[in-house]
Amino acid sequence: MDKKELQTYADKLKNLELERPIRIMEVCGTHTTQFFYTGVKDLFPEKLSLIDGPGCPVCVTPNRYLDRAIEIARTHEVWLVTFGDMMRVPSSYSSLQKEKAVGVPIHIVYSPLDALTLAQENPEKQVVFLSVGFETTIPTEAVAVKKARQEKLKNFSILTGNKLTPPAVRALLDAGEVKIDGFILPGHVSVITGIKGWRFVADKYKKPCVITGFETQNLLIGTMALIHLIQNGNPEIINEYSQVVTESGNEKAQEVMAEVFESTEAKWRGIGTIPESGLCLKEPFQEFDANLRFPVNPPEEVEPRGCRCGEILRGLVTPLDCPLFGKKCLPETPVGACMVSSEGACAAYFRYQKVSP
Amino acid sequence: MCLAVPMQVTEINGEMGKVEIGGVCREVGLMLLEDIRIGDWVIVHAGIAISKINDQEAEETLKLFKEGGMI
Repeated sequence: MDKKELQTYADKLKNLELERPIRIMEVCGTHTTQFFYTGVKDLFPEKLSLIDGPGCPVCVTPNRYLDRAIEIARTHEVWLVTFGDMMRVPSSYSSLQKEKAVGVPIHIVYSPLDALTLAQENPEKQVVFLSVGFETTIPTEAVAVKKARQEKLKNFSILTGNKLTPPAVRALLDAGEVKIDGFILPGHVSVITGIKGWRFVADKYKKPCVITGFETQNLLIGTMALIHLIQNGNPEIINEYSQVVTESGNEKAQEVMAEVFESTEAKWRGIGTIPESGLCLKEPFQEFDANLRFPVNPPEEVEPRGCRCGEILRGLVTPLDCPLFGKKCLPETPVGACMVSSEGACAAYFRYQKVSP
Repeated sequence: MCLAVPMQVTEINGEMGKVEIGGVCREVGLMLLEDIRIGDWVIVHAGIAISKINDQEAEETLKLFKEGGMI
């Protein structure tokens, strides 16, 4: 799409006449950031609001998960291996970054396959991979576990903290706390789940949805298409990101996920326990479960006082409503997870939101 | 966290392959895709290609949106 066409769509969105106030939720953390970064959010007409959803795996990982990981590292001779995003997330009493600073062996990787390589190259070390992520990431972690089994690796295990996004959207809709007219659904999660993974939002809850990508044109067109559906009272799902998202999704990825993992209830920070929204290893793969290999019992979890991440993740308030935002809670010294993750709503607001002095 | 990067396949060695964009090369897993050929564009997440990119499909979608008066 050329610059001129893009400008036409930008003008169209800016000048859209809405019959009534419309509230849309973007589920994905990358969308949260991109709406700010591209400036598309600034084009929203007055009556259109964007509610940030629970779409960042780092933000919704509960303290207990990190407390457990840190306790494993403190009480057993292991190497913790993690995606970089998790390093600064506060646990109840510490963070991976603080632990690393005092000498706990923590390695950062880009891919679960890199964690596997670390285990292969260091057979005398026990490697524990912190398996965090939504559907986009889960198949890559399933591949790593499957390979570990094929290669009979005895020094590789994972601490499962993975989460499934459709059950979280269902839980938000069931709770009914927040009024949402339609959803911008996550692009790369949908690559795996396919459109079919989200049909229930339109069919059962009668909410229009658009699956869209992450570039300026995707956000502009996706938002306008969603408004069109909402204003016409048309609870459908349309796929704006058809270059990579299909009706059935990535079936090979779904197969490897189903082979390695099974669903279980999971605790989401700020939202609570959601049935069938987490994953645990299936029986043939349980030898790779770090929870079983390194049993620990960390102290009771503690939530930071005054932090409103929970309500932000449920779309009830914005970061600007939190008393800690921009004062005690800053990107350099985050209190809550939504400020830590670069895709958290607080970090996005801090970086991009124009605030009058 | 669900960022994925479009890259072009330059080499295939069984389940693994090499991909490239703007001079940056990386070895990635191709085990989650079917019928991958050299020259295909894929999106890569956490070291594994998770989808082929079909630009023609995207153009057709845009056309349909325009015809449907959605944008």
